[in-house]
Amino acid sequence: MKAIFQTLITVVIFSLFISTGLTAGDWKQFRGDATNSVTGSENLPIELSGSTIAWKAELPGRGLSGPIVVGTDVLVSSSSGYFQDRLHMLCFDTRSGEQKWHRQFTAIGRTMTHEKMANATPTMASDGRRVVAFFSSNDLICTDLRGRLLWFRGLGSEFPNASNSLGMSSSPVIVGSTVVVQVESDAEAFACGVDLATGETRWQLERPRAANWTSPSVINGKTEETSLVLLQSSKGLTAVRPLDGSIVWTFEDGASTIPSATVANGTIFVPSNGITALQTDGKEVTKVWNAANLAPATASPVVYNGQCLVLNSSGVLSAGDVLDGNRIWQLRLRGPFSSSPVVSAGYLYAFNESGTAFVVLLEPDRGTIISELDLGEKVLCSPGIGDGGLFVRSDQHLIRLSRP
Amino acid sequence: MMNKRFDRRRQQVFAALLFSLLVAVPVQARDFRDAVDDAVRSLATARAGGKGSRENQQAVITLATAGEKSLLPLLNGFENATPEGVNWLRNTFEQIADQVRGSQKQLPAAELEDFILNVNHSSQARRLAYESLLLQDPGLRKRLIPAMLMDAGSEFRRDAVSMLLEQAEDASADAAVSLYRRAFSGAVHEDQVSKIAERLRAAGEDVSISQHFGFVTTWNVVGPFDNREEKGFAQVFAPEEELQNSAEFGMEYTGMNGPVKWQVLQSEDDYGIVDIAGQLENYKGSLMYLTSSWDSPVGQSLQVRLGTPNAWKLWVNGKLVFEREEYHRSTRMDQYIVPVELNAGPNLLVVKLCQNEQTQDWAQKYQFQLRISDAAGAGVLPGQAVAQNVYAEEDSR
Repeated sequence: MKAIFQTLITVVIFSLFISTGLTAGDWKQFRGDATNSVTGSENLPIELSGSTIAWKAELPGRGLSGPIVVGTDVLVSSSSGYFQDRLHMLCFDTRSGEQKWHRQFTAIGRTMTHEKMANATPTMASDGRRVVAFFSSNDLICTDLRGRLLWFRGLGSEFPNASNSLGMSSSPVIVGSTVVVQVESDAEAFACGVDLATGETRWQLERPRAANWTSPSVINGKTEETSLVLLQSSKGLTAVRPLDGSIVWTFEDGASTIPSATVANGTIFVPSNGITALQTDGKEVTKVWNAANLAPATASPVVYNGQCLVLNSSGVLSAGDVLDGNRIWQLRLRGPFSSSPVVSAGYLYAFNESGTAFVVLLEPDRGTIISELDLGEKVLCSPGIGDGGLFVRSDQHLIRLSRP
Repeated sequence: MMNKRFDRRRQQVFAALLFSLLVAVPVQARDFRDAVDDAVRSLATARAGGKGSRENQQAVITLATAGEKSLLPLLNGFENATPEGVNWLRNTFEQIADQVRGSQKQLPAAELEDFILNVNHSSQARRLAYESLLLQDPGLRKRLIPAMLMDAGSEFRRDAVSMLLEQAEDASADAAVSLYRRAFSGAVHEDQVSKIAERLRAAGEDVSISQHFGFVTTWNVVGPFDNREEKGFAQVFAPEEELQNSAEFGMEYTGMNGPVKWQVLQSEDDYGIVDIAGQLENYKGSLMYLTSSWDSPVGQSLQVRLGTPNAWKLWVNGKLVFEREEYHRSTRMDQYIVPVELNAGPNLLVVKLCQNEQTQDWAQKYQFQLRISDAAGAGVLPGQAVAQNVYAEEDSR
């Protein structure tokens, strides 16, 4: 009887473990909930093949925005029309790929982008109840998870010079009850915190007037009051309180204007003269090390298992030691990469621009390509992970990759 | 006796009920219409800055509860809606249309088609009605689009041009030229215009793209003035002071390299590009003033559409209408769209064009292109009056 009971307990625990593994977490904003491109225990496919493409759903227009996952919803934005002034928010079922809803809006701000970019370049963000879409035109739109509009901000018309003719790409982040956006260009630049409930501005911060394509990163505290949002620019990194925009500290050694900083275990890995590691006690910031030979191109760094992983402009994946920045290993993939790679359960998933997916096993002394899959479509977005699937979008399709 | 009294009583009750119904039904209907109208008005007047979003969320609930009866009022609400309001109205319309379709019902086809065909309505609202109806009536495109070649909405025009191009591909040479000519008359987008012009020119036809788009091709120019370290953008040089209301082209000024005089610069480019670097010289760290007069037969609301990779300021009749300090972040036709009010008679356009000192190959352009258009993007030439596009579909980009 005791043995049966023990077996039953084991089965229940195992089932819980498995089911937890299948439906681990959401991916509610650019580079995931913690803006670090890592998720814990999703049971993603390792051997990619045609049979791991669970479904493909058609998308309107174009977009470089990545998918986000909230429960069994996977959401993505697109832009269409001759002037890219049609803004689309779409929601699909994570399991079936069936479209749940599709809403369109009209851009108020300037929609011009470089032909490689699209108005729908920033990735959406969600707090689990609401979803915020942001576009290069600086239109900021909040709906509920059924596509019902809650508020609309035309930051492009409120600040008509805050635009970049090449396109804007900074994705919003949500911290507690605040949406933080960076709107930085040569002609006008600011960051602001917007009340997620009403769309009204809580604070606005003047920023360095220079083109900037980076996205804010988050150091999650126990509460919104103790969390920090990191605003990166060519000048460096600024940590602000999400509720009031007050500046807590600044790092002024300069930083990249394309790949964004990543936070792991309290250390900030900022693309600055290669990678510079910073540590903060919540009040001040200290430089720990700099590694010039860890030079991310467009993709943001990922930190996993003691390694800082960067993709350079030649498509080489480098792993540096998080303690001192020393390079541990390198692996040549086939670039170029516009998207940031993601990591789940010891494997890195990277999609190059021509649509080839790489699965790389991450080990202490090496990285090994386990499998590749040519999706046959251009991929410029960073993927999202959730509900047992890896979601990636091309211009034409939203695709779920998962174990058959 | 009792029966009579009972009958009379019953008659009184019946009369009272009838009266109540006669009075109450219109009152309820009026209340209902008022509630819908109020909710539509709330959405249509949505303000910038997210103000009033909670009230608008309530208005959406009111309209969604009213269901398909809200659809036409929502479309009518586009007429004087703010840009934010257009998006509230559109989202509510889409929610209700989804509800209707979800309950296996049809959208009110006749009413929507009437709305689409009434060109006095907002182009955006007509397009929304069209695309919604198209889902349940795929034949709508063939039925409506051919008559929309000169529509106030650029998307309708684009579709009509596409249909003509499809026909031209299969037509005989003479018929194709005729079809291309018709298509050209309605085309407002660069890709379609350039394709049609190529076909017509190949057939030996004379086509002026710059005239079609309404490019301003003749300019008086003076410079270079000093813009080293990009400081000239904010600095007011002598021509800038003098050109606010009238142009005197006999003046001589002190430029960055010595005395400078006005000279005429003519663009021969299909897309009206005035190329300072190519036609004059790529003076690094400099700026130029350019001016042109544009005659309008009446006072009218039009658009200045400008493209340049350089920093610029634009004055119309002495009023600064837009300025932008951005260098070498790409350029294209219609890069900036600026709504302007033009006077009857001559209107003075003044452009301040700034070049910086970047040395990269991709940072050497010193040029701009400027045209006058209506709200749909159709070119307007000096001397032309345009029927007012009350419901302008495209804002400043």
